[in-house]
Amino acid sequence: MSIKVNKPGLLTTVQDIGRYGYQKQGVPVSGAMDKVALRIANVLVGNPEEAAALEICMQGPELQFNQDTVIALAGADLSANINEKPVRLWRPVLVQAGSLLRFGKPVYGTYAYLAVAGGIDVPEVMDSRSTYTRAGFGGLEGRALQSGDNLPLGKSSETGKLLLSDLLLQHNKEDQFTEASWSPDPELLPTYEPNPVLRATGNLEYNWFSENSRGYIWHENYKLLPQSDRMGYRLQGTKLALEERRELLSTAVSFGTVQVPPQGQPIILMADAQTTGGYPRIIQVIAADLPKLAQVQPGGIIRFKDTGLEEAQQLYYQQERSLLALQQAIKFKLYQV
Amino acid sequence: MPELTHRTPLHLCPLGDSAVVLQFGDEINLETHYRLRAVTQALEQRPFPGLVEFVPAYTTLTVYYDPWELSQHGKTDAYAEVVRQLEVLVELAAHFEPSPARLVELPVVYGGAYGPDLEEVATHAGLPTDEVVRLHSSGSYQVYMIGFTPGFPYLGGMDDRIATPRKTNPRTSIPAGSVGIAGAQTGVYSLSTPGGWQLIGRTPLTLFDPDRETPSLLQAGDEVRFIPISEEEYLERKEGQA
Repeated sequence: MSIKVNKPGLLTTVQDIGRYGYQKQGVPVSGAMDKVALRIANVLVGNPEEAAALEICMQGPELQFNQDTVIALAGADLSANINEKPVRLWRPVLVQAGSLLRFGKPVYGTYAYLAVAGGIDVPEVMDSRSTYTRAGFGGLEGRALQSGDNLPLGKSSETGKLLLSDLLLQHNKEDQFTEASWSPDPELLPTYEPNPVLRATGNLEYNWFSENSRGYIWHENYKLLPQSDRMGYRLQGTKLALEERRELLSTAVSFGTVQVPPQGQPIILMADAQTTGGYPRIIQVIAADLPKLAQVQPGGIIRFKDTGLEEAQQLYYQQERSLLALQQAIKFKLYQV
Repeated sequence: MPELTHRTPLHLCPLGDSAVVLQFGDEINLETHYRLRAVTQALEQRPFPGLVEFVPAYTTLTVYYDPWELSQHGKTDAYAEVVRQLEVLVELAAHFEPSPARLVELPVVYGGAYGPDLEEVATHAGLPTDEVVRLHSSGSYQVYMIGFTPGFPYLGGMDDRIATPRKTNPRTSIPAGSVGIAGAQTGVYSLSTPGGWQLIGRTPLTLFDPDRETPSLLQAGDEVRFIPISEEEYLERKEGQA
Protein backbone atom coordinates (compact mmCIF):
# COMPACT_ATOMS: atom_id res chain seq x y z
CA MET A 1 0.00 0.00 0.00
CA SER A 2 1.41 3.34 -1.00
CA ILE A 3 0.64 6.74 -2.46
CA LYS A 4 2.66 8.07 -5.36
CA VAL A 5 3.88 11.67 -5.34
CA ASN A 6 3.56 13.12 -8.86
CA LYS A 7 4.33 16.69 -7.76
CA PRO A 8 5.62 17.59 -4.30
CA GLY A 9 4.00 21.02 -3.75
CA LEU A 10 5.75 23.87 -1.94
CA LEU A 11 6.65 22.08 1.30
CA THR A 12 4.92 18.81 2.00
CA THR A 13 6.32 16.83 4.92
CA VAL A 14 5.37 13.83 7.04
CA GLN A 15 4.43 15.03 10.55
CA ASP A 16 2.89 13.40 13.59
CA ILE A 17 2.08 14.75 17.05
CA GLY A 18 5.76 15.51 17.72
CA ARG A 19 9.03 14.19 19.09
CA TYR A 20 8.99 14.48 22.87
CA GLY A 21 11.70 13.56 25.36
CA TYR A 22 14.75 14.56 23.29
CA GLN A 23 14.87 18.32 23.82
CA LYS A 24 17.58 17.89 26.45
CA GLN A 25 19.71 16.49 23.62
CA GLY A 26 18.99 19.59 21.55
CA VAL A 27 16.34 17.90 19.39
CA PRO A 28 13.32 20.10 18.54
CA VAL A 29 9.81 18.75 19.13
CA SER A 30 8.68 19.31 15.51
CA GLY A 31 5.38 17.62 14.58
CA ALA A 32 2.33 19.28 13.06
CA MET A 33 2.12 23.08 13.14
CA ASP A 34 -1.64 22.69 13.78
CA LYS A 35 -1.81 19.69 16.08
CA VAL A 36 -5.58 19.91 16.54
CA ALA A 37 -6.20 19.63 12.78
CA LEU A 38 -3.76 16.69 12.60
CA ARG A 39 -5.49 14.90 15.48
CA ILE A 40 -8.96 15.41 14.01
CA ALA A 41 -7.86 14.24 10.54
CA ASN A 42 -6.46 11.07 12.12
CA VAL A 43 -9.59 10.40 14.14
CA LEU A 44 -11.71 10.79 10.98
CA VAL A 45 -9.89 7.89 9.28
CA GLY A 46 -9.79 5.67 12.35
CA ASN A 47 -6.12 6.26 13.18
CA PRO A 48 -4.67 6.92 16.64
CA GLU A 49 -4.76 10.71 16.89
CA GLU A 50 -0.96 10.98 17.12
CA ALA A 51 -0.37 9.09 13.82
CA ALA A 52 1.77 10.44 10.97
CA ALA A 53 0.01 12.36 8.19
CA LEU A 54 1.05 14.73 5.44
CA GLU A 55 1.43 18.39 6.31
CA ILE A 56 0.82 20.51 3.24
CA CYS A 57 1.96 24.13 3.16
CA MET A 58 0.08 26.65 0.95
CA GLN A 59 0.65 24.98 -2.45
CA GLY A 60 -0.37 21.35 -2.32
CA PRO A 61 1.13 18.32 -4.04
CA GLU A 62 -0.34 16.05 -6.71
CA LEU A 63 -0.85 12.58 -5.26
CA GLN A 64 -1.88 9.38 -7.02
CA PHE A 65 -3.75 6.66 -5.15
CA ASN A 66 -3.04 3.13 -6.29
CA GLN A 67 -5.77 1.44 -4.29
CA ASP A 68 -9.10 2.36 -2.71
CA THR A 69 -8.12 4.49 0.29
CA VAL A 70 -9.91 6.33 3.09
CA ILE A 71 -8.53 9.83 3.66
CA ALA A 72 -9.51 12.97 5.56
CA LEU A 73 -8.42 16.56 5.04
CA ALA A 74 -8.26 19.10 7.86
CA GLY A 75 -6.76 22.48 8.71
CA ALA A 76 -6.22 24.99 5.90
CA ASP A 77 -8.56 25.02 2.90
CA LEU A 78 -6.19 24.71 -0.05
CA SER A 79 -8.91 23.91 -2.63
CA ALA A 80 -8.38 20.16 -2.57
CA ASN A 81 -9.91 18.29 -5.49
CA ILE A 82 -10.03 14.71 -6.66
CA ASN A 83 -10.01 14.29 -10.42
CA GLU A 84 -10.90 17.97 -10.55
CA LYS A 85 -14.00 17.73 -8.40
CA PRO A 86 -13.80 19.66 -5.11
CA VAL A 87 -13.57 17.58 -1.97
CA ARG A 88 -14.69 18.74 1.46
CA LEU A 89 -12.56 19.04 4.59
CA TRP A 90 -13.28 17.51 7.99
CA ARG A 91 -14.91 14.26 6.86
CA PRO A 92 -13.86 10.76 5.80
CA VAL A 93 -13.51 10.35 2.03
CA LEU A 94 -13.13 7.17 0.01
CA VAL A 95 -10.71 7.71 -2.87
CA GLN A 96 -10.96 5.16 -5.67
CA ALA A 97 -7.80 3.50 -6.99
CA GLY A 98 -6.22 5.48 -9.83
CA SER A 99 -7.54 8.87 -8.64
CA LEU A 100 -5.49 12.04 -8.45
CA LEU A 101 -5.65 14.38 -5.47
CA ARG A 102 -4.61 17.93 -6.32
CA PHE A 103 -4.79 21.31 -4.65
CA GLY A 104 -5.54 24.80 -5.92
CA LYS A 105 -5.65 28.26 -4.48
CA PRO A 106 -5.33 28.66 -0.70
CA VAL A 107 -8.76 29.83 0.54
CA TYR A 108 -7.88 30.16 4.21
CA GLY A 109 -5.09 28.97 6.46
CA THR A 110 -1.52 27.88 5.73
CA TYR A 111 -1.17 24.22 6.71
CA ALA A 112 -3.52 21.46 5.54
CA TYR A 113 -3.36 17.91 6.85
CA LEU A 114 -4.02 14.78 4.85
CA ALA A 115 -4.55 11.73 7.04
CA VAL A 116 -4.73 8.33 5.41
CA ALA A 117 -6.23 5.25 7.07
CA GLY A 118 -3.28 3.33 8.48
CA GLY A 119 -1.06 6.41 8.67
CA ILE A 120 2.13 7.18 6.72
CA ASP A 121 4.41 4.28 7.61
CA VAL A 122 7.89 5.81 7.54
CA PRO A 123 10.39 4.54 10.16
CA GLU A 124 10.29 6.12 13.60
CA VAL A 125 13.34 8.18 14.53
CA MET A 126 13.57 8.98 18.24
CA ASP A 127 10.01 7.70 18.76
CA SER A 128 8.45 9.94 16.11
CA ARG A 129 7.82 10.02 12.37
CA SER A 130 7.95 13.83 12.18
CA THR A 131 10.30 15.34 9.61
CA TYR A 132 12.95 17.76 10.86
CA THR A 133 14.43 18.99 7.61
CA ARG A 134 17.12 21.21 9.17
CA ALA A 135 18.99 18.21 10.54
CA GLY A 136 17.67 15.81 7.89
CA PHE A 137 15.97 13.15 9.99
CA GLY A 138 12.48 11.75 10.45
CA GLY A 139 9.70 11.57 7.87
CA LEU A 140 10.68 10.43 4.41
CA GLU A 141 14.51 10.42 4.44
CA GLY A 142 14.54 13.56 6.59
CA ARG A 143 13.29 15.80 3.80
CA ALA A 144 10.19 17.30 2.17
CA LEU A 145 8.44 15.19 -0.48
CA GLN A 146 9.85 15.06 -4.00
CA SER A 147 8.33 13.98 -7.32
CA GLY A 148 8.48 10.23 -7.72
CA ASP A 149 8.35 9.43 -3.99
CA ASN A 150 6.20 6.57 -2.82
CA LEU A 151 4.60 7.03 0.57
CA PRO A 152 4.28 3.71 2.42
CA LEU A 153 1.00 3.27 4.30
CA GLY A 154 0.44 1.38 7.53
CA LYS A 155 -2.31 -1.10 8.32
CA SER A 156 -5.80 0.29 8.79
CA SER A 157 -7.34 0.00 12.23
CA GLU A 158 -10.63 -1.90 12.67
CA THR A 159 -12.38 1.48 12.62
CA GLY A 160 -10.58 2.36 9.41
CA LYS A 161 -11.69 -0.91 7.81
CA LEU A 162 -15.26 -0.30 8.91
CA LEU A 163 -15.14 3.17 7.35
CA LEU A 164 -13.82 1.72 4.10
CA SER A 165 -16.53 -0.95 3.83
CA ASP A 166 -19.22 1.55 4.81
CA LEU A 167 -18.09 4.05 2.18
CA LEU A 168 -17.69 1.33 -0.45
CA LEU A 169 -21.38 0.46 0.02
CA GLN A 170 -22.36 4.03 -0.82
CA HIS A 171 -19.77 4.36 -3.57
CA ASN A 172 -20.67 4.81 -7.22
CA LYS A 173 -17.66 3.93 -9.40
CA GLU A 174 -18.34 6.78 -11.82
CA ASP A 175 -17.91 9.31 -9.03
CA GLN A 176 -14.32 8.17 -8.30
CA PHE A 177 -14.64 9.31 -4.68
CA THR A 178 -17.31 9.29 -1.99
CA GLU A 179 -17.53 11.64 0.97
CA ALA A 180 -19.09 10.41 4.16
CA SER A 181 -22.61 11.75 4.50
CA TRP A 182 -21.76 13.09 7.95
CA SER A 183 -19.10 15.34 9.44
CA PRO A 184 -18.48 16.37 13.05
CA ASP A 185 -20.55 19.05 14.75
CA PRO A 186 -18.95 22.35 13.59
CA GLU A 187 -18.97 23.43 17.26
CA LEU A 188 -16.23 20.86 17.86
CA LEU A 189 -14.05 21.98 14.95
CA PRO A 190 -11.37 24.68 15.19
CA THR A 191 -12.06 28.10 13.74
CA TYR A 192 -9.41 30.11 11.95
CA GLU A 193 -9.18 33.83 11.37
CA PRO A 194 -6.95 35.69 8.91
CA ASN A 195 -6.25 38.41 11.51
CA PRO A 196 -6.60 36.73 14.90
CA VAL A 197 -6.33 38.02 18.42
CA LEU A 198 -4.08 35.47 20.16
CA ARG A 199 -4.21 34.99 23.88
CA ALA A 200 -0.84 35.01 25.65
CA THR A 201 0.71 35.05 29.09
CA GLY A 202 3.51 37.34 30.24
CA ASN A 203 6.85 35.57 29.92
CA LEU A 204 10.02 35.38 32.00
CA GLU A 205 11.71 38.53 30.68
CA TYR A 206 8.46 40.51 30.32
CA ASN A 207 9.59 42.98 32.97
CA TRP A 208 12.92 43.56 31.21
CA PHE A 209 11.03 45.48 28.52
CA SER A 210 10.33 49.19 28.71
CA GLU A 211 6.91 50.26 29.90
CA ASN A 212 6.10 51.46 26.37
CA SER A 213 7.09 48.12 24.87
CA ARG A 214 4.95 46.24 27.40
CA GLY A 215 2.05 48.41 26.21
CA TYR A 216 2.80 47.90 22.50
CA ILE A 217 2.81 44.11 22.69
CA TRP A 218 -0.79 44.09 23.97
CA HIS A 219 -2.18 46.93 21.90
CA GLU A 220 -0.35 47.23 18.59
CA ASN A 221 -0.87 45.26 15.38
CA TYR A 222 1.90 42.93 14.25
CA LYS A 223 2.07 41.76 10.66
CA LEU A 224 3.22 38.22 9.82
CA LEU A 225 6.13 38.43 7.38
CA PRO A 226 6.64 36.04 4.44
CA GLN A 227 10.08 35.05 5.87
CA SER A 228 8.23 32.82 8.31
CA ASP A 229 8.56 29.05 8.44
CA ARG A 230 8.10 25.99 10.64
CA MET A 231 10.82 27.27 12.97
CA GLY A 232 9.59 30.80 13.56
CA TYR A 233 6.96 33.35 12.56
CA ARG A 234 8.57 36.75 12.04
CA LEU A 235 6.46 39.75 12.91
CA GLN A 236 6.69 43.39 11.95
CA GLY A 237 5.20 46.24 13.95
CA THR A 238 6.15 48.80 16.56
CA LYS A 239 9.66 47.97 17.75
CA LEU A 240 10.12 46.56 21.23
CA ALA A 241 13.02 47.56 23.45
CA LEU A 242 14.47 46.55 26.79
CA GLU A 243 14.43 49.06 29.64
CA GLU A 244 18.21 48.72 29.79
CA ARG A 245 20.77 46.57 27.95
CA ARG A 246 20.79 43.07 29.46
CA GLU A 247 22.13 39.75 28.25
CA LEU A 248 20.15 36.55 28.70
CA LEU A 249 22.04 33.31 29.22
CA SER A 250 20.85 30.65 26.77
CA THR A 251 17.77 28.94 28.17
CA ALA A 252 14.75 26.92 27.03
CA VAL A 253 12.26 28.21 24.48
CA SER A 254 9.25 26.42 23.01
CA PHE A 255 6.40 26.51 20.48
CA GLY A 256 4.58 29.77 21.27
CA THR A 257 7.51 31.66 22.86
CA VAL A 258 7.63 35.24 21.58
CA GLN A 259 11.26 36.34 21.66
CA VAL A 260 12.68 39.72 20.77
CA PRO A 261 16.11 40.00 19.11
CA PRO A 262 18.04 43.30 19.50
CA GLN A 263 16.52 44.81 16.31
CA GLY A 264 13.20 44.91 18.20
CA GLN A 265 10.85 42.93 15.93
CA PRO A 266 9.34 39.90 17.66
CA ILE A 267 9.61 36.29 16.46
CA ILE A 268 7.14 33.62 17.57
CA LEU A 269 8.82 30.23 17.78
CA MET A 270 6.88 27.46 16.07
CA ALA A 271 6.85 23.64 15.83
CA ASP A 272 10.52 23.34 14.75
CA ALA A 273 11.67 25.79 17.47
CA GLN A 274 15.25 25.26 18.58
CA THR A 275 15.33 23.90 22.14
CA THR A 276 17.22 26.84 23.65
CA GLY A 277 17.65 30.48 22.75
CA GLY A 278 19.26 33.63 24.03
CA TYR A 279 16.77 36.40 23.21
CA PRO A 280 14.50 37.86 25.91
CA ARG A 281 11.07 36.21 25.98
CA ILE A 282 8.34 38.83 26.27
CA ILE A 283 5.17 36.70 26.11
CA GLN A 284 4.04 33.13 25.40
CA VAL A 285 1.05 32.31 23.19
CA ILE A 286 -1.28 29.96 25.09
CA ALA A 287 -1.31 26.30 24.00
CA ALA A 288 -4.99 26.44 22.97
CA ASP A 289 -4.30 29.25 20.46
CA LEU A 290 -1.29 27.65 18.72
CA PRO A 291 -3.44 26.08 15.95
CA LYS A 292 -4.99 29.48 15.19
CA LEU A 293 -1.51 31.02 15.13
CA ALA A 294 -0.11 28.33 12.82
CA GLN A 295 -2.85 28.99 10.26
CA VAL A 296 -2.23 32.75 9.86
CA GLN A 297 -1.09 33.51 6.32
CA PRO A 298 1.83 35.86 5.60
CA GLY A 299 0.47 39.41 5.61
CA GLY A 300 -2.04 38.53 8.33
CA ILE A 301 -2.34 40.93 11.26
CA ILE A 302 -1.88 39.52 14.75
CA ARG A 303 -2.82 41.09 18.04
CA PHE A 304 -2.12 39.68 21.49
CA LYS A 305 -4.45 39.59 24.48
CA ASP A 306 -3.18 39.36 28.05
CA THR A 307 -4.50 36.18 29.62
CA GLY A 308 -3.97 34.62 33.03
CA LEU A 309 -2.29 31.25 33.44
CA GLU A 310 -5.37 29.68 34.96
CA GLU A 311 -7.61 30.86 32.15
CA ALA A 312 -5.05 29.61 29.60
CA GLN A 313 -5.16 26.15 31.16
CA GLN A 314 -8.96 26.17 31.27
CA LEU A 315 -9.01 26.97 27.55
CA TYR A 316 -6.64 24.09 26.94
CA TYR A 317 -8.89 21.71 28.90
CA GLN A 318 -11.83 22.93 26.81
CA GLN A 319 -9.93 22.07 23.64
CA GLU A 320 -9.11 18.58 24.93
CA ARG A 321 -12.72 18.00 25.98
CA SER A 322 -13.88 19.00 22.47
CA LEU A 323 -11.47 16.50 20.96
CA LEU A 324 -12.75 13.77 23.26
CA ALA A 325 -16.36 14.63 22.37
CA LEU A 326 -15.44 14.52 18.70
CA GLN A 327 -13.89 11.07 19.05
CA GLN A 328 -16.99 9.78 20.81
CA ALA A 329 -19.28 11.31 18.18
CA ILE A 330 -17.33 9.63 15.38
CA LYS A 331 -17.35 6.26 17.13
CA PHE A 332 -21.07 6.64 17.60
CA LYS A 333 -21.59 7.41 13.88
CA LEU A 334 -19.51 4.45 12.83
CA TYR A 335 -20.94 1.80 15.05
CA GLN A 336 -24.49 2.93 14.35
CA VAL A 337 -24.38 1.84 10.71
CA MET B 1 31.42 36.99 41.54
CA PRO B 2 29.20 36.25 44.54
CA GLU B 3 29.50 32.72 45.85
CA LEU B 4 26.32 30.73 45.28
CA THR B 5 25.36 28.35 48.00
CA HIS B 6 22.53 25.95 48.63
CA ARG B 7 20.81 28.77 50.42
CA THR B 8 20.62 30.93 47.28
CA PRO B 9 16.90 31.43 46.76
CA LEU B 10 15.47 29.42 43.93
CA HIS B 11 12.83 30.97 41.72
CA LEU B 12 10.10 29.04 39.97
CA CYS B 13 8.26 30.79 37.17
CA PRO B 14 5.82 29.66 34.51
CA LEU B 15 6.95 29.53 30.85
CA GLY B 16 3.48 29.71 29.35
CA ASP B 17 0.76 27.28 30.40
CA SER B 18 2.73 24.04 29.98
CA ALA B 19 6.16 24.60 31.53
CA VAL B 20 7.85 25.70 34.74
CA VAL B 21 11.33 27.21 34.88
CA LEU B 22 13.55 26.65 37.91
CA GLN B 23 15.98 29.55 38.01
CA PHE B 24 19.20 28.91 39.96
CA GLY B 25 20.72 32.39 40.23
CA ASP B 26 21.82 34.21 37.10
CA GLU B 27 25.51 33.52 36.65
CA ILE B 28 27.36 30.67 35.02
CA ASN B 29 29.42 28.87 37.64
CA LEU B 30 30.21 25.37 38.80
CA GLU B 31 28.25 25.55 42.03
CA THR B 32 25.04 26.43 40.17
CA HIS B 33 25.82 23.75 37.61
CA TYR B 34 26.26 21.03 40.25
CA ARG B 35 23.11 22.06 42.06
CA LEU B 36 21.12 22.08 38.84
CA ARG B 37 22.53 18.67 37.97
CA ALA B 38 21.44 17.24 41.32
CA VAL B 39 17.86 18.44 40.75
CA THR B 40 17.91 17.06 37.19
CA GLN B 41 19.01 13.67 38.52
CA ALA B 42 16.30 13.74 41.17
CA LEU B 43 13.74 14.48 38.46
CA GLU B 44 15.05 11.61 36.31
CA GLN B 45 14.71 9.23 39.24
CA ARG B 46 11.31 10.46 40.38
CA PRO B 47 9.26 11.68 37.42
CA PHE B 48 5.78 12.87 38.44
CA PRO B 49 2.49 12.24 36.61
CA GLY B 50 2.04 14.78 33.83
CA LEU B 51 5.80 15.34 33.33
CA VAL B 52 6.57 15.58 29.59
CA GLU B 53 10.31 16.37 29.50
CA PHE B 54 12.91 18.78 30.82
CA VAL B 55 15.74 20.93 29.47
CA PRO B 56 18.74 21.85 31.64
CA ALA B 57 20.56 25.05 30.65
CA TYR B 58 23.26 27.29 32.23
CA THR B 59 21.21 28.47 35.20
CA THR B 60 17.75 27.09 34.47
CA LEU B 61 15.97 23.78 34.44
CA THR B 62 12.82 24.00 32.34
CA VAL B 63 10.22 21.35 33.06
CA TYR B 64 7.48 20.72 30.49
CA TYR B 65 4.22 19.24 31.74
CA ASP B 66 0.79 18.40 30.39
CA PRO B 67 -1.84 20.32 32.39
CA TRP B 68 -4.63 18.19 30.90
CA GLU B 69 -3.07 14.99 32.17
CA LEU B 70 -2.71 16.52 35.64
CA SER B 71 -6.34 17.67 35.58
CA GLN B 72 -7.31 14.08 34.70
CA HIS B 73 -5.50 13.03 37.88
CA GLY B 74 -7.78 15.36 39.83
CA LYS B 75 -5.24 18.20 40.12
CA THR B 76 -7.34 21.24 39.31
CA ASP B 77 -4.48 23.72 39.65
CA ALA B 78 -1.89 22.06 37.43
CA TYR B 79 0.76 24.76 37.86
CA ALA B 80 0.57 24.73 41.65
CA GLU B 81 0.82 20.93 41.61
CA VAL B 82 3.96 20.94 39.41
CA VAL B 83 5.55 23.62 41.60
CA ARG B 84 4.78 21.51 44.66
CA GLN B 85 6.33 18.41 43.05
CA LEU B 86 9.44 20.36 42.03
CA GLU B 87 9.90 21.88 45.48
CA VAL B 88 9.93 18.37 46.93
CA LEU B 89 12.55 17.31 44.37
CA VAL B 90 14.71 20.35 45.09
CA GLU B 91 14.58 19.55 48.79
CA LEU B 92 15.46 15.94 48.06
CA ALA B 93 18.32 16.92 45.76
CA ALA B 94 19.86 19.11 48.47
CA HIS B 95 20.35 15.95 50.54
CA PHE B 96 21.74 13.49 48.11
CA GLU B 97 25.19 13.15 46.64
CA PRO B 98 24.91 13.58 42.86
CA SER B 99 26.62 10.78 40.93
CA PRO B 100 30.02 11.86 39.60
CA ALA B 101 30.18 13.40 36.12
CA ARG B 102 30.63 10.97 33.25
CA LEU B 103 34.03 11.59 31.60
CA VAL B 104 34.00 11.66 27.79
CA GLU B 105 37.29 11.90 25.88
CA LEU B 106 37.12 13.51 22.47
CA PRO B 107 40.10 12.72 20.22
CA VAL B 108 40.96 15.80 18.13
CA VAL B 109 43.31 16.35 15.22
CA TYR B 110 44.44 19.96 15.66
CA GLY B 111 45.40 22.42 12.92
CA GLY B 112 45.93 22.03 9.19
CA ALA B 113 42.83 21.51 7.05
CA TYR B 114 40.99 20.29 10.17
CA GLY B 115 41.62 23.44 12.15
CA PRO B 116 42.12 26.25 9.62
CA ASP B 117 41.97 28.97 12.30
CA LEU B 118 44.57 27.53 14.68
CA GLU B 119 47.17 30.07 13.43
CA GLU B 120 44.73 32.94 13.91
CA VAL B 121 43.98 31.86 17.48
CA ALA B 122 47.73 31.52 18.17
CA THR B 123 48.42 34.98 16.74
CA HIS B 124 45.60 36.49 18.77
CA ALA B 125 46.88 34.81 21.94
CA GLY B 126 50.51 35.68 21.17
CA LEU B 127 51.44 32.00 21.66
CA PRO B 128 52.93 29.31 19.43
CA THR B 129 50.33 26.93 17.95
CA ASP B 130 51.61 23.95 20.03
CA GLU B 131 50.96 25.96 23.16
CA VAL B 132 47.37 26.69 22.05
CA VAL B 133 46.89 22.94 21.47
CA ARG B 134 48.49 22.13 24.83
CA LEU B 135 46.26 24.59 26.68
CA HIS B 136 43.10 23.47 24.89
CA SER B 137 43.79 19.77 25.42
CA SER B 138 44.97 19.97 29.02
CA GLY B 139 41.73 21.46 30.34
CA SER B 140 38.73 19.69 31.76
CA TYR B 141 35.41 21.01 30.48
CA GLN B 142 31.86 20.80 31.79
CA VAL B 143 28.92 20.29 29.46
CA TYR B 144 26.61 23.01 30.80
CA MET B 145 23.88 22.32 28.31
CA ILE B 146 23.00 20.91 24.89
CA GLY B 147 21.27 23.26 22.47
CA PHE B 148 21.57 25.41 19.33
CA THR B 149 21.48 22.28 17.14
CA PRO B 150 20.86 18.63 18.11
CA GLY B 151 23.84 17.40 20.16
CA PHE B 152 25.71 20.73 20.30
CA PRO B 153 27.48 21.06 23.69
CA TYR B 154 27.95 24.38 25.46
CA LEU B 155 31.24 23.81 27.26
CA GLY B 156 32.69 25.73 30.18
CA GLY B 157 36.23 25.72 31.49
CA MET B 158 38.43 26.95 28.66
CA ASP B 159 41.72 28.70 29.51
CA ASP B 160 41.20 32.46 29.04
CA ARG B 161 44.59 32.78 27.34
CA ILE B 162 43.21 31.21 24.15
CA ALA B 163 39.92 33.14 24.06
CA THR B 164 39.46 34.57 20.56
CA PRO B 165 36.58 36.58 19.06
CA ARG B 166 34.35 34.96 16.43
CA LYS B 167 35.26 35.35 12.77
CA THR B 168 34.02 38.53 11.17
CA ASN B 169 32.77 36.52 8.18
CA PRO B 170 30.96 33.37 9.27
CA ARG B 171 31.51 30.28 7.12
CA THR B 172 28.51 29.01 5.17
CA SER B 173 29.23 25.39 6.03
CA ILE B 174 31.30 23.87 8.83
CA PRO B 175 31.89 20.10 8.87
CA ALA B 176 30.35 18.18 11.76
CA GLY B 177 32.93 17.39 14.44
CA SER B 178 34.77 20.72 14.04
CA VAL B 179 36.16 22.03 17.32
CA GLY B 180 35.96 25.79 17.65
CA ILE B 181 36.50 28.78 19.88
CA ALA B 182 34.12 31.76 20.18
CA GLY B 183 35.17 34.34 22.75
CA ALA B 184 35.84 32.49 26.00
CA GLN B 185 33.81 29.44 24.91
CA THR B 186 34.83 26.29 23.17
CA GLY B 187 32.48 23.82 21.50
CA VAL B 188 32.10 21.13 18.87
CA TYR B 189 29.79 21.42 15.84
CA SER B 190 27.44 18.44 16.09
CA LEU B 191 25.99 18.89 12.61
CA SER B 192 27.26 20.51 9.47
CA THR B 193 25.91 24.06 9.75
CA PRO B 194 26.97 27.63 8.97
CA GLY B 195 28.90 29.28 11.80
CA GLY B 196 31.37 31.89 12.92
CA TRP B 197 33.56 30.05 15.42
CA GLN B 198 37.35 29.89 15.04
CA LEU B 199 38.06 26.32 13.99
CA ILE B 200 41.12 24.74 15.62
CA GLY B 201 40.58 21.02 15.00
CA ARG B 202 38.18 18.19 14.35
CA THR B 203 37.07 15.04 16.16
CA PRO B 204 36.35 11.80 14.30
CA LEU B 205 33.54 10.99 16.75
CA THR B 206 29.93 11.51 15.71
CA LEU B 207 28.40 13.96 18.19
CA PHE B 208 24.87 13.42 17.00
CA ASP B 209 23.44 10.33 15.32
CA PRO B 210 19.62 10.22 15.12
CA ASP B 211 19.69 6.42 14.79
CA ARG B 212 21.80 5.82 17.91
CA GLU B 213 19.93 4.79 21.06
CA THR B 214 21.14 7.96 22.74
CA PRO B 215 21.56 10.26 19.75
CA SER B 216 23.66 12.93 21.47
CA LEU B 217 27.16 11.73 22.42
CA LEU B 218 27.33 14.34 25.18
CA GLN B 219 24.74 15.17 27.84
CA ALA B 220 24.45 18.15 30.15
CA GLY B 221 26.51 17.33 33.25
CA ASP B 222 29.25 15.37 31.44
CA GLU B 223 32.93 16.23 31.75
CA VAL B 224 34.90 16.47 28.51
CA ARG B 225 38.62 16.23 27.72
CA PHE B 226 40.20 16.76 24.32
CA ILE B 227 42.94 14.26 23.37
CA PRO B 228 45.29 15.33 20.54
CA ILE B 229 45.63 12.71 17.79
CA SER B 230 47.44 12.55 14.45
CA GLU B 231 45.81 12.85 11.05
CA GLU B 232 46.43 9.09 10.49
CA GLU B 233 44.62 8.25 13.70
CA TYR B 234 41.78 10.60 12.73
CA LEU B 235 41.35 8.90 9.36
CA GLU B 236 41.55 5.42 10.91
CA ARG B 237 38.89 6.23 13.48
CA LYS B 238 36.72 7.92 10.89
CA GLU B 239 36.91 4.79 8.71
CA GLY B 240 36.29 2.54 11.68
CA GLN B 241 32.92 4.24 12.10
CA ALA B 242 31.83 3.94 8.47
